[in-house]
Amino acid sequence: MSDAIRISDLQREQRLDEIRRQAEHGQLQVVGVRPAGAPFPQASAANGYYQIPLLKEPPWTWEIPLYFFVGGAAGAAAVIGAIANYTGADRELVQHARWVAAAGSVISPALLIADLGRPERFLAMLRVFKPQSPMSVGVWTLLGFSTGAAAAAFAGFLRARYGPSLPLRVLENAGQAASLAFGLPFSNYTGVLIGATAIPVWNKNAGDLPLHFGMSGLGAAVGILELLGHRKNRALQALGLGAALFEIWEGARIESRSHSHLDPLKHGFSGLVTRTGGVLSGPVPAALRIASLLASRERSSSIRRWASWSSIAGSLITRIAWIQAGHMSARNWRLALEIKDAEDAGAHSADARRSATGKSPNS
Amino acid sequence: MSVTAFLTDSTLCIGCKACEVACKEWNEVSEDGLEWSGFSYDNTGAVGASTWRHVKFVEHAPTPGLGGNVGEAASWVFSSDVCKHCEEAGCLEACPTGSIVRTEFGGVFVQPDVCNGCGYCVTSCPFGVVERNQKDGRAFKCTFCYDRQKVGLQPACAKACPTESIKFGEIEHLRREARDRVEQLHQRGMDDAVVYDPTETSVGGIHAMFVVRGDPRAYNLPPNPEVPTIYLKKAWTSSAIAAGLLLGGTLLAFLTDGRNGR
Repeated sequence: MSDAIRISDLQREQRLDEIRRQAEHGQLQVVGVRPAGAPFPQASAANGYYQIPLLKEPPWTWEIPLYFFVGGAAGAAAVIGAIANYTGADRELVQHARWVAAAGSVISPALLIADLGRPERFLAMLRVFKPQSPMSVGVWTLLGFSTGAAAAAFAGFLRARYGPSLPLRVLENAGQAASLAFGLPFSNYTGVLIGATAIPVWNKNAGDLPLHFGMSGLGAAVGILELLGHRKNRALQALGLGAALFEIWEGARIESRSHSHLDPLKHGFSGLVTRTGGVLSGPVPAALRIASLLASRERSSSIRRWASWSSIAGSLITRIAWIQAGHMSARNWRLALEIKDAEDAGAHSADARRSATGKSPNS
Repeated sequence: MSVTAFLTDSTLCIGCKACEVACKEWNEVSEDGLEWSGFSYDNTGAVGASTWRHVKFVEHAPTPGLGGNVGEAASWVFSSDVCKHCEEAGCLEACPTGSIVRTEFGGVFVQPDVCNGCGYCVTSCPFGVVERNQKDGRAFKCTFCYDRQKVGLQPACAKACPTESIKFGEIEHLRREARDRVEQLHQRGMDDAVVYDPTETSVGGIHAMFVVRGDPRAYNLPPNPEVPTIYLKKAWTSSAIAAGLLLGGTLLAFLTDGRNGR
């Protein structure tokens, strides 16, 4: 064993001697061992700090995109339920919408709390109300919404079972009013939540995200209600079509603009997810709904079932896509330092590894 | 009680990492991994939940005949990074629990007994400083040695710095000192020396200024850090429009279709 080491040492010495000889002539022929990934990026105005991303990635886990989806659908369902009730639409739709909202009012806080680093300290959020913090506004909105939606559904259930009474009617009406008032912001505030952050792909779309998320939530709520059997309701059809048309417009808006901060929505895995979510939220349900308008009664119902599934899946995938895009955006070391792609002359392999957003050919 | 600040002068830093060690010792910050970055002598990479002071190693290709901190070219620069303690702090504005507060010394402090680990501050910091400790669950960053400042001591990093690269003192005094220092460096031929203190952006200045040579971007110091609250107006406007559309659209849909479903 010791012999082997000695031979190895000897070889190394010989190699050093060779390098020294060449150095005397001013030109080194021997190239040293090149570590994997070399050449390494240098810290410079064009490379930032070794291309290490400045921003931290969002620390949220899988609960958050799911929370965005559930909250969006539940908020919109509460609004549909309340308006359907006020306009005297059929009772079953009102009850179903209320149950969807009530289910969301239980699932949403559970998801939000599960994502906390210290779930047992959820109540710390209720010690202050900060208008400048979308997370604080959102938590209070969630609280109001959950209370209202649960009260309306519960009172409605008791009334149906044990007959009407004054306290139940008060509880039901107050709960319904609260779930409507809080449901409106609750269905889209998550767009504000991620819009007002330091993550470039989110804050550059701060004016789009709440509308985008709100309409996505409406599409999902309509889809869930239709899957619960309301596939002949024309108001739901109109709302579903409206939401799908809006999502088509939103998708076109994202695709038509070319900025490097939009890259995560178009390139790489996050781009694929975004586009999948977009197609399932917009063109597919829109086309199916138009087809269902032209089809016979029986066919129409089954086509609308497919449109519903598409909208629901699209809404969920859209939320996942935006969170994923946020990760990619934070990983892109260029964005926060405002370094243009062109300034980086050398195509470092390390760059390709770190910046999964990839290089956009059009920016 | 005076408003205090750090002035970290990279032209004086020797990269000894005494600040990192002092910070960890005083604040009982856990180790941050023994991994090789493969990029430079810096194996830590960035400030984070378990790194509140972080020495950056900005290494340039050496120019034969020139060494050290000469005017023509800085071959190797070290700069101790830290939480910037922004005048308009994104993390503080975003915190939904009120855990993050402004101290009487002007620093931004995360109260560990209140933080519930929602992680919203992490996405709201334009400097990528605050981070959630995945084991602990809460968010951590430099405390500006609030406990030490309370009893009239200077922060551990500044105390330990052997070259006075990290200066600690009254903020206006340090702002003047930074200007004087840069002027002095320019006179010595180091024309590329600049002060990093983004007072022109929405962050409105920082309580941890830096004197660096060359483009601050080489030190991962962003040219235009913005506090995310500036996006609130646009976002809430969009939210209001979305709510209006939802309400109006639903009303319209159900009112124009009174006969449905019966």
